[in-house]
Amino acid sequence: MKETTAKKRGLSSDRIFDIFNYALMAVIMIVVAYPLYYVLIASISNPYEVYAGHTFLLPADMTFEGYARVFKEPAIAMGYLNSIWYTVLGTVVTVAMTITTGYCMSKKTLPFRRAIMLFFVFTMYFNGGLIPTYLVVSKLQLLDSVWALILPGGISVYNVIVTRTFFETSVPGEIYEAASIDGSGNLGTYFKIALPLAKPIIAVMVIFTMVGYWNDWYQALIYMNDKAKYPLQLALRQILIQSQAMTSMMGNMDGGYAEANKIKELIKFASIVVGSVPMLIAYPFVQKYFEKGFTVGAVKG
Amino acid sequence: MSKLKSATAVQAGHSLGRRIAKHWEYYLLLLIPIVITAVFKYAPIYGVQIAFRDFNPVDGFFGSEWVGLKWFERFFSNYNSTRMITNTVLLSLYSILWTFPIPIVLSLFINQLKNKKFQRVTQTVIYAPHFISVMVLCGMLRIFLSPTGGLISTLAQFLGAPANLNFIDSSSAFRTIYISSSIWQDAGWGTIIYLATLSSVDVSLHEAAKVDGANTWQRILHIDIPVLVPIIVIQLIMSFGSLMNVGFEKAFLLQTPLNKETSEIISTYVYEQGLLKAMYSFSTAVNLFNTAVNIVLLAVVNWVCKRLSDVSFI
Repeated sequence: MKETTAKKRGLSSDRIFDIFNYALMAVIMIVVAYPLYYVLIASISNPYEVYAGHTFLLPADMTFEGYARVFKEPAIAMGYLNSIWYTVLGTVVTVAMTITTGYCMSKKTLPFRRAIMLFFVFTMYFNGGLIPTYLVVSKLQLLDSVWALILPGGISVYNVIVTRTFFETSVPGEIYEAASIDGSGNLGTYFKIALPLAKPIIAVMVIFTMVGYWNDWYQALIYMNDKAKYPLQLALRQILIQSQAMTSMMGNMDGGYAEANKIKELIKFASIVVGSVPMLIAYPFVQKYFEKGFTVGAVKG
Repeated sequence: MSKLKSATAVQAGHSLGRRIAKHWEYYLLLLIPIVITAVFKYAPIYGVQIAFRDFNPVDGFFGSEWVGLKWFERFFSNYNSTRMITNTVLLSLYSILWTFPIPIVLSLFINQLKNKKFQRVTQTVIYAPHFISVMVLCGMLRIFLSPTGGLISTLAQFLGAPANLNFIDSSSAFRTIYISSSIWQDAGWGTIIYLATLSSVDVSLHEAAKVDGANTWQRILHIDIPVLVPIIVIQLIMSFGSLMNVGFEKAFLLQTPLNKETSEIISTYVYEQGLLKAMYSFSTAVNLFNTAVNIVLLAVVNWVCKRLSDVSFI
């Protein structure tokens, strides 16, 4: 029935499909993006206007007070610095270990290669769980140290497999042979030849690992007792989940309880933006590598 | 063997010791990853035995008194244990049922977008929520679901829901909140693996089908979907394989004293008993039970898939 009317109008069923498809995608994009847009708008609007529902499309009675208060709060500023440090160090250490392990595992001539791989893969399916791991970390006196956030995660075995597959499938063996004929040692070949070729895979891993560290609060919840060492996401917990605006943020405010509540909402919106913006700005630049990261891993060796 | 002239074959001819010596740099590179895995993965696995002991910090992992199945018995005699197990399984099962098919359907549609620029913009937009932390997501949920002026509550009231409905504290809303927010956050991200697979389809296949008069819908049905089947099966095994590992983070952050009836799952209980109450042995025992169930599930699912489709991942 539909088809016949369509043909009368000169529209093929494919054309209808296309129109429907573009419309569907537009709706999906709005549904996905709108909550983020709303938070952004609300973070620069007068909280009374937000409450009254006047900020669905555009900010109303613009104010940057939320941001001013968020950045005045030492816990947030410190959390920011901590998160940057944890993310940089964590990403460097984890990616370096992962790529190195993946490369070594791609060497088919390496004695005990399968045994070593099994040693790593086993930990994908079996682990000691929360408490035994916590006890090991605490026994090693690593509580409250940045290493407690990095080392227990260890290497990402999944990413090791991805890297290994990449080196096995995307780098022709002749390149290594040529290098060894030229007198390059194993280490030299790795650093001077293999690593530069692995740039796309390194890029994917850096972004995934970076996002993981930046957004992590769980490891810090377990291993960090000192509030001065909290990463940003954990500092946000107090504001967003426990709904306690910190006293310094609430300071020098006239007005009563209602006013305080409104300011609290404003701070929440601002802190969501502050906590999410770095990663949301970063990922589109490396988006073209995402598919690579998944397809390489899917080819299972 | 002497006939083979390639470098590797000559190498293989040497004794094991010589071969190891020739690869010493690799062992050097592997040293740190191996040590870290041994210390932070294998030592805790060894430490799991405290589930059968009455752990105290002085005697350590293997000096503490052996108590057998005491902690397991305590867990199962707890009036809440059945509820926690049910909550874990249901939350996970419903999550898979709802979140699994959406990325597949979505990727089939995205793949049909002819304007590549539009396609890329679509992808960029729907990937965005994946890059937001669970902490921020739960903060947003709490704001949006707030009975006073929250975006979603306002919308619900507009659609006829009674005013002042407190979704966050409601145990009957917990799973819906949990799952729908997962869809919002990760359905777009989940399309990557399917889109990557679809982009490997030979273009000439689609061209030939078009010549034969197949419309878009038929081409999706007969070309695209069959290409996705193996990867769908693998993804499905993996999701069922981690059925019991349903995310701690979101359940923990969305949990309030009032919605525990559905939001208390095994992992939040393990955290509460272990780290907040310092019941180390008990918490480890509960976690061990969880892991054991998970491993059995993984094995069963893997076996079933092997029988059905010859795809397996272990």
